[in-house]
Amino acid sequence: MGRKARKRETVILVLVSLLVWLPLLLMLTASLMPEDELLWRYLSPLGIGKAPVRVTLLPSYLSLEAFIELLFRSPGFFVMFWNSCIQTFPLLLGQLLVGAPAAWAFARFSFPGRRWLFGLYILLMVLPFQVMQVSNYLVLYRLGLLDSHLALILPGIWSTFPVFIMTRSFEAVPKAFLEAAYLDGAGELKAFFLVGIPTGYPGIVTALVLGFIDAWNALEQPIAYLKDMRRWPLSLYLPDIVQDKAAVAFVAGMVVMMPPVLLYLNGESELEQGVVAFGVKE
Amino acid sequence: MAQNRKRMLIGLFLAPSLCGVLVFQLLPFVDVWHRSFLDAMGRSFVGMENYKMVWGNEAFRMATRNTLHFLAVAIPMLVAGSLVLALLVYRSRAGQHIFKSSLVLPMAIPAAAMVLVWRILFCPDGFLNQILTQMTGEVWEIDWVHKTTAFPILVITYLWKNSGYNMMLWLAGLSAIPESLYDAAQVDGAGELTQLCYITLPCLRGTMGLVFVLSVVNCFRVYREAYLLAGSYPDLSIYMIPHLFSHWFLTLDIQKMSTTAVFLVLAAIAVGGFPMYMGRIGRRE
Repeated sequence: MGRKARKRETVILVLVSLLVWLPLLLMLTASLMPEDELLWRYLSPLGIGKAPVRVTLLPSYLSLEAFIELLFRSPGFFVMFWNSCIQTFPLLLGQLLVGAPAAWAFARFSFPGRRWLFGLYILLMVLPFQVMQVSNYLVLYRLGLLDSHLALILPGIWSTFPVFIMTRSFEAVPKAFLEAAYLDGAGELKAFFLVGIPTGYPGIVTALVLGFIDAWNALEQPIAYLKDMRRWPLSLYLPDIVQDKAAVAFVAGMVVMMPPVLLYLNGESELEQGVVAFGVKE
Repeated sequence: MAQNRKRMLIGLFLAPSLCGVLVFQLLPFVDVWHRSFLDAMGRSFVGMENYKMVWGNEAFRMATRNTLHFLAVAIPMLVAGSLVLALLVYRSRAGQHIFKSSLVLPMAIPAAAMVLVWRILFCPDGFLNQILTQMTGEVWEIDWVHKTTAFPILVITYLWKNSGYNMMLWLAGLSAIPESLYDAAQVDGAGELTQLCYITLPCLRGTMGLVFVLSVVNCFRVYREAYLLAGSYPDLSIYMIPHLFSHWFLTLDIQKMSTTAVFLVLAAIAVGGFPMYMGRIGRRE
């Protein structure tokens, strides 16, 4: 391939990457601006007035004013941040505890109806939330769980997507490893804990990262099942923060995106391996 | 004896997942299916009445039309666009890692956080209008997200968010193609384009199914952005099935929601080429 063509391709990639980076940079600079400059530049987008937007990627000077305001003088934000955590972490833990053994069973054992059952899991995984919206509402209503954190956690634990991902990566565990374990006298449980989990962990990490991103950004579920604003997660509260305190809107956005972004950057290589396991299957 | 023990073990592994899936997904769905044949009080059987009512419902028709419109426009762009990105990233030597991370990043960014940037770009006093004003000399003050232009903006948002994720899936497929195929083709004098058409694309057929299915799934998630940008009463061009559900949910119109849910499941099974996909994916070699 010509040198020129290669250069052209790199330029295209740089331009596309800029489409990702520029909005983020815009956000970052807006969150590091002193309040008066922020209001002067972005009065309109914040929805508190009307003035032409003055876009910039460099604030006149850096200020942690908004950050401190958010950290020390916005108790509402903390409540919602905590809500997000309560609704996300137990959900992930549950997905793992329930999903990993099931995935192991799908990947390693043959039993009658296995194919149909797995097909059913896939069908459930592709159905949009709205299909289950009413039915889950009725179940939660009967269990008396509406307006509680459990209303989001319980149905979320039995999402079938993590099972699908983990099954694929358990299938990729080399047979030789398992046979060696059996020869050494390991039972099925030991094989699962000592061979399956350590070698299939890219799939587990993939399920966790994707699950975290989904749960952290949840919007449909809290809208449907949480009427009480005190239980709202950040993803739902964030648009309202502008009405309370316009100055912290951008910083709040930055803080909300930090956990999923850091998690993604940390788990990137596992994510790639995990995706190879579930994406390549013929 | 050993057979029995093994069966018990499989049951042990599967049971926690199966029970929950049964309680939170299957039984509720059976209930929904049942309710779609009952009257508003949930007492007497009305046959296909609800189906007729929903099918004739103006809002349902509009939401379905818009959803199909969105799928038809956004999915081909997403699938093709992410494939091109994957090929470019796969071939790039320098900075491959950086490009990959950058492009996948939007997947992790909460819609709630990006909405402010979108407003800076698209509000009446926003950046896009300013550029247009500069270019044409006339004053532009269009409220992009509350007009029919909301549709392309939503498509762009969807592409922005999902291209990287799909690219990652394509890259996984690309990495599984054996290098030897290309070597052999080169010996036979095949050019780049020939290699692309006769080796790369056919080898990616398996990945294609997954990319397609996940793209459709993520289409319904674009409601998050739609809701945050335009609220629950958006421009009619982006009034889609999730909006419909959220309105019916307010009045707890259980019959209509149940009936539409059944329609959605049928659509998922039929349209997505799902049976074929399942046949391949459920088999173990």
